[in-house]
Amino acid sequence: MAGGQQHTANSDHENHGDHGSPKLYIIGYILSIVLTIIPLVLVLNHVMSGVPLVATITIMAILQFLIQLFFFMHITEGEKPAYHVMTLALGVIMVFTIVAGSAWIMTFNASVS
Amino acid sequence: MLESIKTFASHFFVTGDPMIYGADASIVLVTVAILFVLTYFKKWRWLWDEWLTTVDHKKIGIMYALAAILMLFRGGVDALLMRTQLAFPNMHFLQAEHYNQIFTTHGTIMILFMAMPLMFAFFNIVVPLQIGARDVAYPYLNAVSFWLFFFGAMLLNLSFVIGGSPDAGWVSYPPLSELAFDKGPGENFYLLSISISGIGSLATGINFMVTILKMRAPGMKLMDMPLFTWSILATCIIIIFAFPVLTIALALLFIDRLAGAHFFTMLHGGNPMMFINLFWMWGHPEVYIVVLPAFGIYSEVVSTFAKKRIFGYKSMVASMMLISIISYFTWTHHFFTMGSGADVNTFFAISTMAIGVPTGVKVFNWLFTMYRGRIRLTLPMLWTIAFVPCFAIGGATGVMLAVAPADYQYHNSYFLIAHFHQVLIGGVVFGYFAGLYYWWPKMFGHVLNEKLGRWSFWFWNIGFYVCFMPQYALGFMGMTRRLYTYPHGLGWSSLNLVSTIGAFMMGIGFLFQGAQILHGIKFGKRDTTGDPWDGRTLEWSLPSPAPHYNFATIPQIKGRDAWWTMKEEMKQPGYKKEPVHIEPIHMPKSSGRPFIMSVFFFIAGFGLTFDWIWMGVIGAIGVGITLLARSFEYDTDYYVPVDEIERTEAALGRL
Ligand code: HEM
Ligand SMILES: [Cu+2]
Repeated sequence: MAGGQQHTANSDHENHGDHGSPKLYIIGYILSIVLTIIPLVLVLNHVMSGVPLVATITIMAILQFLIQLFFFMHITEGEKPAYHVMTLALGVIMVFTIVAGSAWIMTFNASVS
Repeated sequence: MLESIKTFASHFFVTGDPMIYGADASIVLVTVAILFVLTYFKKWRWLWDEWLTTVDHKKIGIMYALAAILMLFRGGVDALLMRTQLAFPNMHFLQAEHYNQIFTTHGTIMILFMAMPLMFAFFNIVVPLQIGARDVAYPYLNAVSFWLFFFGAMLLNLSFVIGGSPDAGWVSYPPLSELAFDKGPGENFYLLSISISGIGSLATGINFMVTILKMRAPGMKLMDMPLFTWSILATCIIIIFAFPVLTIALALLFIDRLAGAHFFTMLHGGNPMMFINLFWMWGHPEVYIVVLPAFGIYSEVVSTFAKKRIFGYKSMVASMMLISIISYFTWTHHFFTMGSGADVNTFFAISTMAIGVPTGVKVFNWLFTMYRGRIRLTLPMLWTIAFVPCFAIGGATGVMLAVAPADYQYHNSYFLIAHFHQVLIGGVVFGYFAGLYYWWPKMFGHVLNEKLGRWSFWFWNIGFYVCFMPQYALGFMGMTRRLYTYPHGLGWSSLNLVSTIGAFMMGIGFLFQGAQILHGIKFGKRDTTGDPWDGRTLEWSLPSPAPHYNFATIPQIKGRDAWWTMKEEMKQPGYKKEPVHIEPIHMPKSSGRPFIMSVFFFIAGFGLTFDWIWMGVIGAIGVGITLLARSFEYDTDYYVPVDEIERTEAALGRL
């Protein structure tokens, strides 16, 4: 990038080396696919329904989220200050607000019908 | 054969309205004129090399600003058409259908294609210079963002003459915007143009967040950043978390329309309420996205022209950060009347009122900064002072709307229209005007004429109150929004006429600004110092306009108001200028790919608008190829050699 040789931004360039090995990427990739296929199979074959189904899918989603973070996004690496951890925390709060807020707002449907 | 071409053409081109034929003619004429001028003066090469392929953030900023001013014109014409239609009872100036299209495009263009790009213009022109950086973090991505916005905006504008404009309101609520009620391509234009430019907006948010966090000059701590840069950081946080929600909402609606899904139709378990919910999760933060940079501008302007440090810097920073978070917790106030239950409404009423607190803190800080300052009433300062009472009224009516039970009265009335124009014009547009006047010398190297500017200022300001104050009253008298005509005898007529007169006064104010720009190009006084206002922040340490590498040597920052402290140091007796040590500068190369890729996005968007899947596929393949080609490109940067820098700097009188 343009600012490459300029102060802080160049730290990006220095630790190019440890951006994970191909092996980690492949493991992460396979795990992600498996975690995607499981819910698909569950839904298509009507293996479960109701609360257990939703719970299983949610767990799969959270697992996949973690895999993305550790295998692809290198959440454990990086310098100080840990901006990426802060944005991630904020993101989690936002997602919680969106999901929980929407669920709360939409409950009026249940009380109307 | 001929018949089928005829029927196709009459669907494809919008027909039957003299105004649209006028638009057709003017579009053709303007296009021919542009092509002629470019060819006659042999400017094609120049256009391509200097502008279309540029990755220089300052030039990108200028293109954003010009496009936004054009869009302000288009949106303004829409506004005048609407106000003309409403000037007298039983008017037959516009048909109902046409009126619907105009308020929809007016709202969409003003928010997404005027306010947003004008804001991005300031991001680009100011932020890197203020933090002492040579460039933004991702210059290539920055060009992609601009061209995506540009072609997105063009797509929407095209709908006026081809296919037909969207007419379901700028919020595009289902079921009105579902296929069953809205066959025409207009709604598709809306969805695709916003989605395309939205990709660009999200990328800009990320780009500038990284730029601000990572590329500050050595020594500049976060708490040393100018308040404008802080406001952009807060804005970027909102953009990053709000825009994805819009993208999803629009994509789901598009899937409903294109593929017959039922996310937002009542059939098969869909729910239109969910769209409204998602839309405002973006929509409310969006108003803070556009107003926070204006707050940043006011802060810069006030401290420069009162010749004082800003009062309460830390509380300003804290209030902006608070706003950027709280703005996510208020979205439901846009549908209080849809019956989400008392507990939901109570929560969101309180959070909405809470956001008024940090905003109030800021206004008091600006006033305290002005207090006992040596105020110079330049154009930027005039707009800032005019903003204070205007925004105070807008804020007060906002709190009135936030009272959930009372909102059942105000909801969808002209009271609401008056309120949001008051904050959007009084807060956002006034602020961006202040910013344009303030940074114009830095952008173009000349100062604009004050006298024309003052005429424009008074026309805008008086026009504003004449236009919108009657609308509060009309709201109480029962006039609802999106009303295209009304009968005699409701007592609304004179107020509506007054309001229309005010709108035209603002139009005259805009014409004065156009004249001012033209006057400036021809006669504008050159700014040879680079510091025409005796500024405090780093951008004023550079020549106007700044050379493409910005800083020949990166400054060392010793505290807040960096340039002011440097100037103070220079005034000390015995100050010796340190010898400049110039090194080669690393810069990105220009690239035509952002432009070409966006053309493919445009092609894809246009195809999907008309359900021409083949054309959509061609566009998508083009996008894919341009993306792929980029990842195989390794030679993307170069070094500006020392003697070139020395020559440039010497020519600018800097060595
Ligand atoms: C410059 C003077 C302006 C005038 C005279 C004006 C006038 C109007 C009028 C007459 C309407 C339609 C009201 C109705 O019948 O419901 C309207 C709607 C709207 N305006 Fe403006 N406007 C102006 C500037 C702006 C600006 C600067 C913005 C945003 C930055 C803006 C955003 C909107 C929006 C979002 C709507 C709602 C559209 C809808 O109902 O879907 N306007 N305006
Ligand atoms: Cu809101």
